[in-house]
Amino acid sequence: MSWFSNIFDSLYQTLITDNRYQFILSGLGVTLQIALFSVLIGIVIGALVAIIKVSAIGNHKLKPLSWLCNLYISVIRGTPVYVQMLIMYTLILADTGLNELVIGSITFGLNSGAYVAEIIRAGIMSIDKGQMEAGRSLGLNYVSVMKSIILPQAIKNILPALGNEFIVLIKETSIVGTITVYDLTKTAERISSVTLDLYTPLLVVAAIYLIIVLGLTKLLNIFERRLARSDRG
Amino acid sequence: MKKLLSCILAAALSVTLFTSCGNQDASTNSDSKGQLVMATEAGFAPYEYIEGGKVVGIDVDIANEIAKEMGKELVIKDMDFTNALAAAQNGKADFAAAGISITPERLETMDFTIEYATSKQVVVVKSGDNSVTSEESLSEKVIGVQAGTTGDLVYGDKENPVQPKELKSYKKYSLAADDLKKGRIDCIVMDELPAKLLVEANGGELEISNTELFTDAYGFAIKKGNTELQQAMNKVLQRLMDEGKIEEFTEKHVKASL
Repeated sequence: MSWFSNIFDSLYQTLITDNRYQFILSGLGVTLQIALFSVLIGIVIGALVAIIKVSAIGNHKLKPLSWLCNLYISVIRGTPVYVQMLIMYTLILADTGLNELVIGSITFGLNSGAYVAEIIRAGIMSIDKGQMEAGRSLGLNYVSVMKSIILPQAIKNILPALGNEFIVLIKETSIVGTITVYDLTKTAERISSVTLDLYTPLLVVAAIYLIIVLGLTKLLNIFERRLARSDRG
Repeated sequence: MKKLLSCILAAALSVTLFTSCGNQDASTNSDSKGQLVMATEAGFAPYEYIEGGKVVGIDVDIANEIAKEMGKELVIKDMDFTNALAAAQNGKADFAAAGISITPERLETMDFTIEYATSKQVVVVKSGDNSVTSEESLSEKVIGVQAGTTGDLVYGDKENPVQPKELKSYKKYSLAADDLKKGRIDCIVMDELPAKLLVEANGGELEISNTELFTDAYGFAIKKGNTELQQAMNKVLQRLMDEGKIEEFTEKHVKASL
């Protein structure tokens, strides 16, 4: 393996020559930006869809809306995100004049929304049905029970899963280079196109992804422990 | 908790609003904005490659001259080669410049400027491999090409007199070179200048075979029927060639890449 003997030369060429580390860092910034925008878009869509689906359980008027939400979730979860991105870029958002970073964020946001909807729905459903019954028998209406009894408890289950979704997105967005965005992965590809060294840039960005993901996972664990502090038992 | 949720939702909403209206200026619809959008695949030194985080190269220098002449700002979109061709065809970009050979097949779906460079198609093999003696000998070889390039078109064509044993198409030459070294393919068919750089970068492990295939000519690809842009670009290209500017660009970038 000649690569290992030249490891310092390779790293120097990948990172220092032509200030390539700046290029990689800007790619990292783009990756984080897309993941953040996506998860935020995903939360908005996911919350809406989840609320509609949960409300539709005892409400026949909302059935058509709930059917639409199910369709959205089926389509998004039933097709690869790569294909969704290409369709968005070449067809649906092609003539909007939006820049590629925004198109990428919207794609991943829409995609993430379907998963977040299920996370939020599961969080709400995890609260015992008896709590709704107790709230209603105290004279509160459906919305107030949701607002002051069910959701505060559900959010404790939901938030860590949302953090996890952000971490997943950081990795998933690595395909966004196809639509001309210089994300972390694409910077590696382009550097290896110049240096014609295939391995080092890939290993470098893999290490960056790993460090970011491990760091965020650690943060998430701390956050989860704090949320659990008010738990009984 | 309620506050936290509303904070998150408010932040999310403002960000979506912000992103949806904030980036209009980076539009791909070029005509109204004084931009000239060039689609390319920046893994093709010396014609286009990355330096200082930006796409540079012979094609970029030429495109800059064209943009200057037209009084527009050049915007470069770096994508896969096949997507770059598609972008020129459907008008998503004003033109594609990626060392694109002018071929009869391509002329059916897009227009081209005049030729501004010629390139020999060569065969890159492992050093010491003398088994490629003629174009016909490629029929016993597993050939690597970049997807959508001339090599791909010629040897992927079932009507072509020389049929390779197998054709593998790569998105990037660096990947093809790696596979060649590992023996997954027998040779790479590609343009001469980038081939020289590829061989150089692989320090003696690869070489260009003496067998010559064919020579083809590069042009910039434009959406079919866009004669106005075609003529404007042709005028600048002709001037650059007359002034010897293109050789100048070529020399500069070959040197920079070696």
